[in-house]
Amino acid sequence: MAKLHVSTTINGEPMEFLCEPNDTMLDALRGPLGLTGSKEGCASGDCGACSITVDDQLVCSCLMLAAEADGHELRTIEGMAQGEKLHPLQQKFLEQAALQCGICTSGMLVASDALLRRNPNPTEEEVRFWLAGNLCRCTGYDKIVRAVMETAAEMREAAQ
Amino acid sequence: MQWSAPRNDGPSQAAGNTTGNTFIMSDIQYVAPRTLDEAIGAYAAAGSAARILAGGTDLLVQMRSGAVKPGLIVDIKKIGEMTAIEETKDGGFRVGAAVSGMALHDHPRFGKVWPGVLEAINLIGSKQVQGRASAGGNLCNASPAGDSVPALVAAGAVVTVAGPQGRRELKVEEVPAGPGRTNLKPGEIVVAFTLLPRPKGASDAYLRMIPRTEMDIAVVGCGVNLTMKGGVCTDARVGLGAVAPTVLLVEAAAKALIGSKLDEKALEAAARACSAACRPIDDKRGTIVYRTKVAGVLLRRATAIAAKRAQER
Repeated sequence: MAKLHVSTTINGEPMEFLCEPNDTMLDALRGPLGLTGSKEGCASGDCGACSITVDDQLVCSCLMLAAEADGHELRTIEGMAQGEKLHPLQQKFLEQAALQCGICTSGMLVASDALLRRNPNPTEEEVRFWLAGNLCRCTGYDKIVRAVMETAAEMREAAQ
Repeated sequence: MQWSAPRNDGPSQAAGNTTGNTFIMSDIQYVAPRTLDEAIGAYAAAGSAARILAGGTDLLVQMRSGAVKPGLIVDIKKIGEMTAIEETKDGGFRVGAAVSGMALHDHPRFGKVWPGVLEAINLIGSKQVQGRASAGGNLCNASPAGDSVPALVAAGAVVTVAGPQGRRELKVEEVPAGPGRTNLKPGEIVVAFTLLPRPKGASDAYLRMIPRTEMDIAVVGCGVNLTMKGGVCTDARVGLGAVAPTVLLVEAAAKALIGSKLDEKALEAAARACSAACRPIDDKRGTIVYRTKVAGVLLRRATAIAAKRAQER
């Protein structure tokens, strides 16, 4: 069975890879592409640990076929920091200890980033609803929500 | 080396180490045609082993669990009309079957005209799921608890399907045949939903009962679509979900509302009609008694919201 050849853009870089027709995007990221920051938690779209964006749309990479990436622009957790410089959300998650085991963290960061790009001034309720598709079994969510709210406030200030 | 510059091993190296631990079989094909005719041809030729891929939020889970083993996956998202949202000059809408919940949410006008339909579609799954999941997929998955379906039934949406025999139109409530089954003929694909122009004073609402605040499956879902004129309800449609093998159009409830000022007597009659229409199952989400009672409660609440919105329009 011939593999499918996929041409896509990941974190701004043109990328090509081969996949089986039924490989998920998460399979491709963690396999041939070597981008293991996206995690597999549930593989059924419930936990959000595999969150990425496709043409700026937040999705679960476990619910997308790798073949569908052809011609689209993807962003993963690996594209979030600029070299050594962490994204403000990453920095704040560290400062606020908004993680413990870390499995949900890349998905939380990608999802939070997608929220702040759409809405730089979310209410706490909006943050909680937005992150309802990202499960964390360690923190109880308060620290994560606080980190997102504080980052949003600081980014708004910096933008002025 | 920057994090933002991922390794590009190229196809030759990549070919060797695809994880692929999910599926061992290899007799599966993926196609993403650019025209509807090509999609219908491929889908019809592959017979019952073929599956349509819109957002994939049901299909990929079913493939992963082994419940579905497609021989052919037909991705319909490269077909223009499948992902288009059109507002017609007279104020109607045509929504492609594969339009995602988020795309519909971000449309500047749709949610103003059909707030109930939009809120129902936007209740499906998380924001990640919203980035992919479509009303077309929700309808064809044919779960009795699909959130978008009761609202689309209440809205009187018309479904355009296309197949080897050409195009035809169905009412939304005519599509589901039972849990996981539809009345589509072999090779037929849902193409779009058409929503008629609305008179002034018309609006809709959808409510579902879940024990959580988010990310759950409806115990009962209720869509109400009203037209109000001088405080009197002149037209109504009611859709009920998760209380029967298919989503229901409850004409008796609508009849109880039409001609009334949505007074207590009319609401009580409509709520009773909803409860009477219920043929639910007992399961971990809710008992027969509970679902039957809640159907009437949601009718009252959704009617109140739709009436308020209708007044403001």
